[in-house]
Amino acid sequence: MPDQQANPTLPKAPTGIEGFDDLTYGGLPAGRPSLICGAAGCGKTLFATTFLVNGATRFDEPGVFMSFEERADDLAANVASLGYDLDGLVAAGKLAIDHVRVERSEIEETGEYDLEGLFIRLGFAVDSIGAKRVVLDTIETLFAGFTDPSLLRAELRRLFGWIKERGLTAVITGERGEGQLTRQGLEEYVSDCVVLLDNRVEDQITTRRLRVVKYRGSSHGTNEYPFLIDHEGISVLPVTSAELDYAVPGGVLSTGIAGLDTMLGPGGFHRGSSILISGQAGTGKTMLASSLADAACRRGERCLVFAFEESGDQIIRNARSLGLDLDQHVAAGRLRFEAARPSLFGLETHLARMHRDLDQFRPQVVVIDPISALRGSASILQATLLRMIDLIKARGITAVFTTLRGDGSLMRDDDLGVSSLMDAWIKLQNLEANGERTRTLYVMKARGMSHSNQIREFLMSTGGIRLVDAYIGAAGVLTGTARLIQETQEKAVSELRLRETERSLRDVARRRSAIERQIEELRAGLDAAQDEEERLRAEDRLRAARVEAERQELTARRSAAE
Amino acid sequence: MNGSRTSTTPADHYCLRLFVAGTVPRSLRVVESLRRICETHMAGRYELEVVDIYQQPDLAERDGILAAPTLLKVSPHPERRISGDLLDEGRILRSLQIEPVAETR
Repeated sequence: MPDQQANPTLPKAPTGIEGFDDLTYGGLPAGRPSLICGAAGCGKTLFATTFLVNGATRFDEPGVFMSFEERADDLAANVASLGYDLDGLVAAGKLAIDHVRVERSEIEETGEYDLEGLFIRLGFAVDSIGAKRVVLDTIETLFAGFTDPSLLRAELRRLFGWIKERGLTAVITGERGEGQLTRQGLEEYVSDCVVLLDNRVEDQITTRRLRVVKYRGSSHGTNEYPFLIDHEGISVLPVTSAELDYAVPGGVLSTGIAGLDTMLGPGGFHRGSSILISGQAGTGKTMLASSLADAACRRGERCLVFAFEESGDQIIRNARSLGLDLDQHVAAGRLRFEAARPSLFGLETHLARMHRDLDQFRPQVVVIDPISALRGSASILQATLLRMIDLIKARGITAVFTTLRGDGSLMRDDDLGVSSLMDAWIKLQNLEANGERTRTLYVMKARGMSHSNQIREFLMSTGGIRLVDAYIGAAGVLTGTARLIQETQEKAVSELRLRETERSLRDVARRRSAIERQIEELRAGLDAAQDEEERLRAEDRLRAARVEAERQELTARRSAAE
Repeated sequence: MNGSRTSTTPADHYCLRLFVAGTVPRSLRVVESLRRICETHMAGRYELEVVDIYQQPDLAERDGILAAPTLLKVSPHPERRISGDLLDEGRILRSLQIEPVAETR
């Protein structure tokens, strides 16, 4: 589909309607009439008005609005809320509004006639401002005013021929008919480009859709595209315009939870990625998302929270229990809550609101809490989420989605889950064992980074969110009280071991000192023995000396006696 | 025809405006036909203005004229308009309420 725009065979007139010019590769066929048909309230007149106003203000192509239904005043009033200043454009000579009143009762017919008056009137208006664009809204009203359909058909054929001859790009609106596109079969005459607008209500939720039924001489998107009517006018959101070519912002976004950052290779999530937090009720999804928001705001970034189940105040209050002061961020204008029940609007309107808020607030981080609150059929939800993600990603915004479904799917029996759309997926799970539940956290996937595959225990306290490594040992993975018990047991065992070792050491020391004491005693004995020996030897020497002395004295005495 | 004339209101002065597209033979034929009808049935108490919508598109727009030829009865009220080639004399007279047709229709 995208490569055929290379050969621009057919000159086109851009409508300036966001998305529509993309899917038609340039707009409506220039210099030809196009038919916009649909049931009442589909936005035909708005489409046509937008085409004219954009032509006058952005493409320098003045236009004539020939209205067969609404008066010029009503028309101007109806689109004033979109910021379209029809009166101003009329005054500036860029727009001419001509209200043609057709009432059946007023006109009688006898014999042949033609609609030359209409032609002249249109020609007059076109010439007065040099118009390049014409809107006829709704020309089928003529069929109510004139009774001869064959004559009218001939005249309409002539009118469209005349429009082509003058090279006017025309939008003709037509009421949806039974079994055919328009009530009077206008599509027979306007065969160059037919656009069908639709307004369907499913499950009490309205969805607007647009389809290019045919476009002669040009390729075009063939799907039904949802479109929105909001304060900025019409915007068509072609799902396929998301050609996955967004520029990826660089950098890493810290989660504000130390334990979680360390589970991720780069120390956080990639910026501009979409992060899914899944988990059942009470697993701490919103609080985890609040932590992320708080971290973003504390970095000075702006964060926008779309809350579908709680009011902003309630989230702020609940986050306070984690020690997060979200109030200050709100006051500083960095944090904004957009809370609405999902059933309040249709999915399209939610998207439209999101679109508007994103462009107004220009946040770096968006939290959508939770996406499982959105209601609709699986295919519609899938498409809506896809567009939501495209909307956010195209702006380089990091998105945090929460979902109540533990397995990441949208509905119970839906295997086409949302998880494949997400870049990262954190799964929160309550483990139930030993009569208690423990919050745990897994990083299921994180595109483009290495991450921990291990379970972490997820603790919420007034100090904030803390991740604790779960006990992994011989007894398996233990969490919560079981982990605490296991840890206590281990502590006891090690203390016991410590005490035993200490006792043994004391024993050894005692034995050692005993031996030392014995050594002392023996040494004392040895000393005593040595002393004894000395004494004996000294006595011996003394005795010997005395004997010698006595013997000498005796000898001396004996000599004297002789 | 006579019955039609007798039943008209006393203040029956007709102000008619005929819109035609250009001076093609059909336009001329219509003008001729209408003049004949007027002269026959309301001679002296009618006023006929012929507008060529090519020449005076503003007049056509003012009166909301889409089809040509169209005969517009400006007065007496109520305003009536007849589109077509005005060849059916009886129908034109009825439509112009030379007989009070509108209420019973």
